[in-house]
Amino acid sequence: MVPTQPQRGGVSSPAAAQTARPGGSGYEAVRASRDFWTLRRRFGSFIVPACVLFIFWYFLFVIIAVFAPGFMRIHVFGDINVGLCFGVLQFASTFAIAASYRLWARRRLDPLSDRLRHRLEGGRGR
Amino acid sequence: MTGLAATGTLAAAAVGTPALNFTIFAFFVVVTLIIALSVARKNRSTTDYYAGGRTFTGLQNGIATGGDYLSAATFLGTPGIIAIYGYDGILYSIGFIVGWLVVLLLVSEPFRNTGRYTMADVLDLRLKAPPVRAAAALSTLTVCLFYLLAQMAGAGALVSLLLGVTTSAGQDVVVAAVGVIMIFYVLIGGMKGTTWVQIVKATILAAGTVVTTFWVLSKAGFSLPALLHHAAESSRSGSAVLSPGLEYGVNTVTKFDFISLALALVLGTAGLPHVLMRLYTVPNAREARRSVTWTIWFVGLFYLCTFVLGFGAMWLVGDKHILAAPGGSNSAVPLLADKLGGTLLLGIMAAVAFATILAVVAGLTITASASFAHDVYASVLRRGEAEPADEVRVARITAVVVGIVAVVGGISAKGINVAFLVGLAFAIAAAANLPSILYSLFWPRFTARGALWSIYGGLISSVVLIIFSPVFSGQAKPLGGTSSSLITDPHINFAFFPLNNPGIVAIPLAFFLGWLGTVTDRQTADSGRFARMQVRALTGVGAERGGRS
Repeated sequence: MVPTQPQRGGVSSPAAAQTARPGGSGYEAVRASRDFWTLRRRFGSFIVPACVLFIFWYFLFVIIAVFAPGFMRIHVFGDINVGLCFGVLQFASTFAIAASYRLWARRRLDPLSDRLRHRLEGGRGR
Repeated sequence: MTGLAATGTLAAAAVGTPALNFTIFAFFVVVTLIIALSVARKNRSTTDYYAGGRTFTGLQNGIATGGDYLSAATFLGTPGIIAIYGYDGILYSIGFIVGWLVVLLLVSEPFRNTGRYTMADVLDLRLKAPPVRAAAALSTLTVCLFYLLAQMAGAGALVSLLLGVTTSAGQDVVVAAVGVIMIFYVLIGGMKGTTWVQIVKATILAAGTVVTTFWVLSKAGFSLPALLHHAAESSRSGSAVLSPGLEYGVNTVTKFDFISLALALVLGTAGLPHVLMRLYTVPNAREARRSVTWTIWFVGLFYLCTFVLGFGAMWLVGDKHILAAPGGSNSAVPLLADKLGGTLLLGIMAAVAFATILAVVAGLTITASASFAHDVYASVLRRGEAEPADEVRVARITAVVVGIVAVVGGISAKGINVAFLVGLAFAIAAAANLPSILYSLFWPRFTARGALWSIYGGLISSVVLIIFSPVFSGQAKPLGGTSSSLITDPHINFAFFPLNNPGIVAIPLAFFLGWLGTVTDRQTADSGRFARMQVRALTGVGAERGGRS
C-alpha cells in the first residue's frame, strides 16, 4: 500500500530531489555497502554502551536515593555524604559522556559519513 | 527575626521599588524588541519563519536551547525546593540534566538530518501517513499548551511577588502585557527573533545566577562544606536536609511517585517539541550535535549553581521565612537576592525571572504555531499544496490565537495550583512523542499503525491517569510535600490512580503499544523507506541545508 517511489512534498529540497531520484533501491544499495555497514557498527558501538551506562547509572542513583537513603547518609568527610557525592557524580558523568561523544564522533564518525555523503551526492549530479 | 519580618522586608522591597524592577525589565523588553525588529527584515519563507534560516551556530543555538529549557519554574522553583527540602531538590534537578543525553546520543543528529521543521516531518519521512502526522501534531500542541498554561499561570503569582502588583486586575494586565509582547516577538521576529530573545535571556539568566552564586560562596568563605554545614544548622530539619527522603521518602506512594517523575524527566526532554524544533535552526547535524553539547554544559552549570542558591537561601534566609513569604518556596531566590544585594539585586533577579517567562512562552508559541501551520494546515488539510506564504500566514494567525489562549488561560488559572502541568507535559512528551521517534529512527519493522497506537496510547493514558490522580481531585492536605489538588473541595474525589505523575505507567505502555501495533499489523514495513531513513539519518544525504552556508 505504501508507495515505493520517492515522495513528493513532505521533505523535498534540491539536494533531496537529486538523491531521491533513483528510488528506494538506491538507498538500499548504500545501506548494503561495506562503508555504511562500518558506519552503522561504529555508531552503535558508542551509542549502545553509552546509553546503557547512563540509564543504568541514573536509575541506580534514583533507586538508592528512594529505597536506601541510609546509604546516601554515610559521611565521606565533614558534612559531605555519599548522596552529595553521588549527585555531583551524575553531573560529572553527564558532562563526560557528552564531551567524549563529541570528540569521538568528530574523529570516528564524521570522516566516514562525509565520504559516504560525497559519494552519494557526487555520483548523482552527473 | 521572625517570618513576618522577612515577609515584611520582601513586601516593602517589592512595593518600594516597582519602578526599579519595571525599569530593568523594560530595558530587557526594549533591547529584545530592537533585536527582533532588526532581524525581521527577511522573514518571508517557511525556513526563515520556522527555522531562522538555519543560520545559527552550534553555540548560539545551544545557549538558546538552554534558554528555552530553563523556565521561571526552574529558576525560582529548583532553589526553592532545595531551600525547603534540601537534598530532594537535587534529586529532582538531576533528571532534567541527564535527559539531555537522550537528546544528544539518540535524537539530535538523525533528527536534524531527516526533518524540516517539526517532529512530524521525521515520522512522515519514515511512514508517509497523514494520520500519523496529524497525531504527532496533536501531541505537540497538547504538550505546548500544557507547558504554556503552567508558565502563564505562574506569571500572575510572580508579578505579585516581584513587581509589587497585588491587585487581581493589575496582575491580569501584566499577564496580558506579557502575552502581547510575546506575540510581537513571534510575529515580527519569527524563529530568528525568538532565538535572539532566548540568547539574551539565557545570558542575563546565567549572569544573575553566577553573580548570586559567587556572592553566597564568598559568605561561606568559598567552602562548600561550610555552606552545607551552615545551611543544615539553620534548617528546621537539621542535617536531614543533606540526604534524600524529606520530600519523596514519606511513604511507598511518594517513593514510586518520584520514580515515575524521574522516568518522565529523563525521557521527556527528548520529546519536548520546542527543544526538538530548535535542532532545525542550525545548518547541519554536526552543528546540532555541537549545540546540544553546549546546552548540556549550560544547563548543567546552571543547575549546579542552583544548589548553592538553594542551600544559600536555607542558610541566609531560613526555610521558615521562605515558607511564610508570599509565593512560598518560589520566593527563596528573591528573598536571597534581597538579603545579599538589597533592592538592586532583587530588581535584577525579578527582571530575570520575568524575562524567563516571556522567552519560554515565545518559544512555545512559535513551536505550536509551526506545528499547526506546517503539519495540520499545509500537510493534512491542504495535502502539501499550500503556498509557503500561505503557510507562514497561517502560522502567524495561529501564534496570535495561541497567545490569546495563553493569556486567557493564564488569567483564569491564576491562583490555581498548576505546577503539575509541567510534569504532565514531560510525561506526555516522553510517552506520546519519544517512542514513535525512536522506533522510526531505529526499528526497521515499525509501521504507521504502531505509530498511531503509541502516540494516541501515550497521550490518552497520560491525560486520563492525571485526571484520575490526586493532583486533580481528593487531596486536601499536602501529601509528601506536594500541594493540594486542582479541585480543592476534598469531598469531590474520583482519584483512583495513586501517583501524581503518570510516567511510570504511560511511558512503558506507549512503547509497548508501538511494538504491539506494529507486530499485529498485516501490512509490513517498507524496507526502502527504512533504508532511506537510516542512510539519511547517519550520512546527512538530502538534509535541509543551512540558508547562507
